[in-house]
Amino acid sequence: MSTVATAGETPNYLTHERGVKSWLYTLDHKRIGLMYLAAVTLSFLVGGIFALLVRLELAFPGETIMGPDAYNKSFTLHGAMMVFLFIIPAIPGALGNFFLPLMLGAKDVAFPRLNLMSFYVYCVGAVFLVYSIITGAVDTGWTFYTPYSTSTSASVISTTLGVFILGFSSILTGVNFVTTIHTMRAPGLHWRRLPLFVWGQYATSVVQVLATPVLAVTLLLLTMERAFSLGIFDPKFGGDPVLFQHFFWFYSHPAVYIMILPGMAVVNEIIATFSRRAIFGYMFVAMSSVSLALVGFLVWGHHMFVAGMSEYSTMVFSALTFLVAIPSGVKVFNWTATLYKGSISLDSPMLWGLAFLFLFTIGGLTGLFLGTLNVDVHLHDTYFVVAHFHYVMVGGTVMGFVGGLHYWWPKMTGKMYNEVAARIGFAFVFIGFNVTFLTQFVLGSQGMPRRYWDYLERFRPLHGFSSIGALILGIGFFILFGMFIMSLVNGKKAPRNPWGSVGFEWATTTPPHPHNFETTPVIRRGPYDYHLATAEELAKT
Amino acid sequence: MSNSHSANEELHGHHGLPYLAHHFETPIQQFDAAKLGMWLFLAQELLFFSGLFVAYLVFRMWYPEAWSVCSHELDWKMGTANTLVLLFSSLTAVLAVRSAQLGERKATGNYILVTIACAFIFLVVKYFEYQHKFHAGLLPGHYFAPVAGHTISSVFPPGSAAYFSVYFMATGVHGLHVIIGIGVLFWIYLRNAKGEFTKDFWTPVDLVALYWHLVDLIWIYLFPFLYLID
Amino acid sequence: MKEATVQLPRQMSTLAASIDDMYYFIFWVSLFFFVAIIGVAVYCLFKYSAKNHPHATPPGHHDVLELFWTFAPLLLLIPMFHYGFKGYVKAMVAPDDAIEVRVRGKQWAWDFYYPGDTEASPSELVVPVGRPVKMVMSSQDVLHSFYIPEFRIKRDVVPGMYSSVWWTALETTSSYNAKENKVVGEPLDQFCTEYCGTSHSQMLAKVHVVSEADYQAFLSGKDRAPEGKPLEVVGAELFKKNACNTCHTVDGGALVGPSFKGLFGKNESFEDGSSNAVDENYIRQSILQPQAKIVKGFAGKNMPAFVLKDWKLDALIAYIKSLK
Ligand code: HEA
Ligand code: HEA
Ligand code: HEC
Ligand code: CUA
Ligand SMILES: [Cu+2]
Repeated sequence: MSTVATAGETPNYLTHERGVKSWLYTLDHKRIGLMYLAAVTLSFLVGGIFALLVRLELAFPGETIMGPDAYNKSFTLHGAMMVFLFIIPAIPGALGNFFLPLMLGAKDVAFPRLNLMSFYVYCVGAVFLVYSIITGAVDTGWTFYTPYSTSTSASVISTTLGVFILGFSSILTGVNFVTTIHTMRAPGLHWRRLPLFVWGQYATSVVQVLATPVLAVTLLLLTMERAFSLGIFDPKFGGDPVLFQHFFWFYSHPAVYIMILPGMAVVNEIIATFSRRAIFGYMFVAMSSVSLALVGFLVWGHHMFVAGMSEYSTMVFSALTFLVAIPSGVKVFNWTATLYKGSISLDSPMLWGLAFLFLFTIGGLTGLFLGTLNVDVHLHDTYFVVAHFHYVMVGGTVMGFVGGLHYWWPKMTGKMYNEVAARIGFAFVFIGFNVTFLTQFVLGSQGMPRRYWDYLERFRPLHGFSSIGALILGIGFFILFGMFIMSLVNGKKAPRNPWGSVGFEWATTTPPHPHNFETTPVIRRGPYDYHLATAEELAKT
Repeated sequence: MSNSHSANEELHGHHGLPYLAHHFETPIQQFDAAKLGMWLFLAQELLFFSGLFVAYLVFRMWYPEAWSVCSHELDWKMGTANTLVLLFSSLTAVLAVRSAQLGERKATGNYILVTIACAFIFLVVKYFEYQHKFHAGLLPGHYFAPVAGHTISSVFPPGSAAYFSVYFMATGVHGLHVIIGIGVLFWIYLRNAKGEFTKDFWTPVDLVALYWHLVDLIWIYLFPFLYLID
Repeated sequence: MKEATVQLPRQMSTLAASIDDMYYFIFWVSLFFFVAIIGVAVYCLFKYSAKNHPHATPPGHHDVLELFWTFAPLLLLIPMFHYGFKGYVKAMVAPDDAIEVRVRGKQWAWDFYYPGDTEASPSELVVPVGRPVKMVMSSQDVLHSFYIPEFRIKRDVVPGMYSSVWWTALETTSSYNAKENKVVGEPLDQFCTEYCGTSHSQMLAKVHVVSEADYQAFLSGKDRAPEGKPLEVVGAELFKKNACNTCHTVDGGALVGPSFKGLFGKNESFEDGSSNAVDENYIRQSILQPQAKIVKGFAGKNMPAFVLKDWKLDALIAYIKSLK
């Protein structure tokens, strides 16, 4: 890259304009990224508090802290907020927004106004969700299955409208990123040189654009059904509740790839940087993202193996489900191979990267149990499923998100954080997570159904154990939260390239120039070419 | 098109063009980005409507008799009229783009106005159709209560309520798109009147026309599905 | 029959063994891959740490290796798919000679109808050992799902359509006690596994597996009123069994419906503005035709209608009377 920062007086995006308005009206993707970061972190905390309420209630059988209705609302809000307000926008909105243009050598995303708009649309959606909480909350589960969702007395409409609006935010981000990646690459940055983070975001955005509208129309129909007894999903008027499930999962299975692909994308960058080595099998890893995105559209039926589909459909969906395991496997194998003959340092971002490898592998492999037809009959809607998806979503995406935050924090804020606190926080999260959710695999395979407020005596020990884990997990996140806040308050000044990475985004100043680069960079090597990089580029400055 | 852009760039260099946003290097880049963005948006729209089409097809398979009976309740003459109106408006939208490319501001404005007028005609016809359905009690789901004398058929097979649910959802959402279309067309009309578009910069006109074609295209599918085949 | 393991409950049906075999097959495959991947990773962390290996070797091209690990896993995935599907189809198609029990799911209880029955036997299912039994299931309101872990069966219960599960139980859990006209033992738990609202976690039933002779004895005795027990005690049992307790409390607190505390004899007012005293006939009507008179403040919270034999109504009324 051509720009090399000279320390000192270069303007940076945080300080070149000041005042609340300069943030609220900003078109700078970096500032929008930070606003997203604040918003999704807040959502994660709220969703996490609901999770703690759920675990507290389940610590003992019978009523512990709340009655059944309050419990049902808690897990619904936990799931809905975590999915729609946190995990889907988290990495694209915060890290993607910030680093995609930097990695492309662009001045901004293709449509900066749209970008800001998508953030505000997100906020409006969030307000609807909060409004629904105030007006009595929802108790449908995050899946909104009919006919329960059309017959319950809870405030479903404001929630579904909220999610509908959040969907548009997600679509706008997707449109923006795909366009940006196609048209805004710096000279010399051809497709084979794209950082794998960009490839991952690209695949994610394609899914966002093509899958989310189906969720939108589903929720619209559901809202109308509730408001005007439309009857499309209601057998009383000749409708079909199973059709709703098809519609819902047609979005929500691809959506799990909207969640995991960005996590994988971050992990690529972390593993390359801390092994000081190019990602093994670059093109295979890049293409595995794209094939996950595409095949991911064809497997939605695996959520409905016992819901009343024909045997023929279940067969097709099961077969395709096994096919999506292949590209994930390709990634895992290539990451492991990248470590081989690398030069590995275990700074805190790398710990999160390795945790991703460890936990996602467990989560993914347990997906194979669920994809196997007869085994899923036993495991469906038990805690085994709950454990599976927390391993992929928390063990995967959240690890990737928090890891990426550690990795890029110095670039984003210009401050370092306390490495000791980071390691302690990591230890709590890693241990707490496994205690919480490994236990739940056993609970589930022993037959404990999910979405249960109360449970039989024989499940008591494992539930208690899981709740203790959640407490440890909560403490871990609390430490990390405090650590980042302290870094803002009194963190050491961050150098330009603290990890000695050759990634393009590190070439600019810290914090970055308002226009990212003083002059448009010209790319002359791949994003992980440690052997081609100059000493100056590699220096941990 | 792209020729005119690159020629333009040689003349002016890339600074100081009023319409070139700062984060783009060249007008071509800006144009490509806008166009691609619009196509992605349209893809998104198609998938949105595909949900409604799937609902239509599923119920059609389940309730063939109801579908046959109910499709006769729709007025194919009004449907045809509306189809022609929309087709014509697509033509005027194309003509608007062409005049914009040629830098004929006046003509561009007029074509846009004609397009908007067509959109209004479409809505008016739609209004009369809806009004008739309301009178006849041909309403979705729970509200489905045919009024004898106002309907063509006297017996409605099971599933008829679902037909009108699909009918109102599909045409309603489409109608909403027409209304939004009127809004953006009018906005483009104003920008054109202010002289924002030139031979070298007419991207917004092009994009709005693309959107309008999509609205048209969806109707081209809705029309035979709902009105014609039984 | 195989006893419970750490991971899986007891195998109590003929379907269980093949499902468990698949489970353990996937388990060992997964464990192998997990240990291999994490093993290699941990090895590299030491062997190729920045200290031990300061200069990373740039990777070259390894297309053969890539293709190998892209396609080799298929060798394991194909059998998972194949045997999984075979087992699934087996679990879907009940043998022709299966006993058919109709099941009705409703918020929040299970009603069972033995062959020929028109009156429901709620919350407790008695089935014979060694014979295929099929549940023909429907729902009165929202989605439910029928799950018995020990049998490894599960199926959603969907309003507007029938679905079914079947099994052949391997061993008895309970036996028929002629003196008390009751099946006693250690029944299996049956769960509702599709979220269905407030008391989803209370929508449980007990499943007794008994010998063929006991099953017949149970069938012929099940409509006889129990003897030698005070009527209100029988009523209290029925109150639980019919899941009245998922909507009504007996301590004054309102749940979905009004509490029964002090109900009898009080003057009840209704949605339509009328009112009358609560007597036997009113309670009878409230159970058989709950929509006839809607208690004030409970509009829209529909109580389902029950079909109950007279002795059961007597017992329930006696029980409600006793709640002062
Ligand atoms: C980040 C989100 C995420 C991800 C990535 C996945 C990944 C996968 N999921 Fe998961 N899933 C969810 C989120 C996710 N899932 C959620 C939220 C639910 C529940 C929703 C609800 O009901 O509320 C769910 C539920 C769910 C079900 C339905 C269960 C049920 O309700 O009965 C199924 C069934 O097939 C399934 C399968 C899979 C499979 C096969 C993968 C695969 O993509 C995994 C592939 C990865 C690997 C296999 C590991 C790495 C590979 C190797 C180490 C190679 C070697 C191994 C071999 C191939 C043999 N998932
Ligand atoms: C991204 C998605 C995501 C994430 C991150 C999580 C995180 C967690 N989840 Fe959740 N979960 C879901 C998605 C997610 N979950 C979904 C989709 C469902 C299904 C819902 C449904 O069935 O409809 C579900 C359901 C679910 C259940 C099952 C409920 C049931 O079926 O009855 C349980 C039970 O243990 C659970 C637990 C947890 C726990 C302990 C965490 C922990 O990891 C949470 C850790 C975070 C915190 C503890 C916050 C920490 C922060 C602080 C404490 C800081 C203090 C605050 C300030 C300083 C302001 N989750
Ligand atoms: C799904 C919830 C539900 C179940 C299960 C249920 N009820 Fe009710 N019940 C209600 C509601 C709601 C009302 C008030 C509305 C009405 O009067 O219909 C009610 C009213 C009543 C009343 C009149 C109470 C009064 O205050 O006047 C009686 C008596 C009654 N139920 C008995 C029973 C019995 C006996 C059973 C079990 C065999 C039962 N209910 C099961 C919901 C339920
Ligand atoms: Cu019935 Cu859950
Ligand atoms: Cu899925």
